[in-house]
Amino acid sequence: MAAYFVTGEMFQGKGRAKADMKKKNRGRWRKNTPQRKNTPWNKYLTAGMVMTGIALILGVAGFFWTPYSTTAMSASEKFAAPSLRHLFGTDNFGRDIFSRVMQGLGTTIVISTLVVFFSGLAGILLGAFTGYFGGVLDEVVMRITDALNGFPSILLTLVIISLLGSGRQNVIISMSLVFTPSFVRIVRGEFIRLKDADYIKRARMMGAGKFRILFVHILPNIFSVFWVSVMIGFNNAILAESGMSYLGIGVQPPDASLGNMLSDAQGYLQAAPWYALAPGLTIVWLVLGFSLFSEGIRRRAEGKQ
Amino acid sequence: MKYLGKKIITLIMTLFLVSAAAFLAFQIIPGDVVASILGTEATPEREAQLREELGLNDPPLVRYVGWVTGVMKGDLGVSYRYSRNMNEMMPVAELIGDKLPVTLWLAAVSLVLIIAVSIPLGVVWAKSGSHVLDAILGVITQAAMAVPSFFLGILVTYLFGILLKCFSPGGYVSYETDFAGFLGYLFFPAMSVALPKIAMTARFLRNSMLTEMNADYVRTAYSKGCGKERVMYVHVLRNAMLPVVTFLGMIVAEIVAGSVVIEQVFGLPGIGRLLISSISTRDFPVVEILILYITFVVIFVYFLVDILYKVIDPRIS
Repeated sequence: MAAYFVTGEMFQGKGRAKADMKKKNRGRWRKNTPQRKNTPWNKYLTAGMVMTGIALILGVAGFFWTPYSTTAMSASEKFAAPSLRHLFGTDNFGRDIFSRVMQGLGTTIVISTLVVFFSGLAGILLGAFTGYFGGVLDEVVMRITDALNGFPSILLTLVIISLLGSGRQNVIISMSLVFTPSFVRIVRGEFIRLKDADYIKRARMMGAGKFRILFVHILPNIFSVFWVSVMIGFNNAILAESGMSYLGIGVQPPDASLGNMLSDAQGYLQAAPWYALAPGLTIVWLVLGFSLFSEGIRRRAEGKQ
Repeated sequence: MKYLGKKIITLIMTLFLVSAAAFLAFQIIPGDVVASILGTEATPEREAQLREELGLNDPPLVRYVGWVTGVMKGDLGVSYRYSRNMNEMMPVAELIGDKLPVTLWLAAVSLVLIIAVSIPLGVVWAKSGSHVLDAILGVITQAAMAVPSFFLGILVTYLFGILLKCFSPGGYVSYETDFAGFLGYLFFPAMSVALPKIAMTARFLRNSMLTEMNADYVRTAYSKGCGKERVMYVHVLRNAMLPVVTFLGMIVAEIVAGSVVIEQVFGLPGIGRLLISSISTRDFPVVEILILYITFVVIFVYFLVDILYKVIDPRIS
């Protein structure tokens, strides 16, 4: 009975304190909560989130709806300059560039996401096992990743594509292969750093299995480092994908991709500069937004420490 | 010396591994080479003859050894696609020979641009300590890094070629006819290759210098009476250059790769365009040699970086 009474009073006290806080903070929405008190406004994070957000919305929407059909040609509206009717103008077939940019953006985002997902997953698995267990497997994997890491990624992708043949699937496969080593290296380094940490030793003493240690105890603790490399990887994937399709070995026409739009537009630079500027600036927008976003996250993490 | 020897042996070993990998990879892909050269209407005799000519009847190991010894003697094999005349196939060496200088000069001009601009920029940036300059350069470099090189190439073509008429797009001048004109044309592609890398290197150098400026030896240098300029250029810069040299090594590798794309943008007849067209026409002897060549360049640059490292910092063993 007594215990109940005490806790009851404690709850009351807490409630009152909360109400006081609320009163104090009224009208200053989320600005004076303790963690945020002394941190300046993170411009990088805001700008990055806004830019990436717009690109993501347009890209994802492009799968379901575009203002005009992406393949419908119109002889009367060739090379129309940007206007309210055609936001980014029209191309040499009279197709609406804005619609095609939306579709191309979607393709680029999906391919880059899949590439980062697959190579990140492979990187976690390979890096975890080689870093934690070491041994012969570690040596072999490290030699291979060292060799691949030094090699320029565009070329490596080109070589693998020349083996597999071009097309959307093969681009995803070859880019995933090329991006894996950088993830392996980072994950492996983190696992080596953490495998002899005190809390891992304790977990081992308590009889935790190897898999439990790997994926329940260590993995969650490397995520902050892993995220940074995912962000960098995503940006590189966007650049590599658009480069591939610019060279004509990525997504094949008539499907729109930002890269092959650019290579088509190059021939009409004088007549219709907007044709090249629209997909090009879209790539810049996406990459810039994402790097601002990751810079913002990095600064926030630093600010917390 | 021992260090050098060890490095050279690793270099040769890596090249052998890559050559074996490249050769093997193109053996296992499906598709008959002879059928793809002659088309479907060739007689069986002609097919058998060509098979014999190309040495396709030998087991892979024999062919690999033959290929490698040939490459070492300077015989790079024949292309499947290009022919010198009706009966003779084009040697790969001849095919690559006049394209190589274009790519090498492009890389060289880009590298000179990168070093000449990024290092002074990085030093000034690190030295100034002004918030305004910091913000401006921060934004500019961040933006420059986000522009893919092929789009930059298109922008350069539009701005300098079409609007300002500094050069005529597509009007490539061969280095054999007019070398000055060739370098003049090369300047704009090199600029497109260099700009993002300048941004990266300048940022990198600045960060490296800011880290070094907090080191103990800097305080020592000041306290024994060195002026700010001397501390900056003699003490800080030399130490800050160490990571930058490695970074530049990586950049050279990327320039070689990046020129593949830039050559396509500016219509330069270099090995990058040859690589792309060989890949799309499945001309594997050419692709193999180009892979080997690019690998060699990349490995050799890393090798040079290792040596340069020792020159800059004698403590490294």
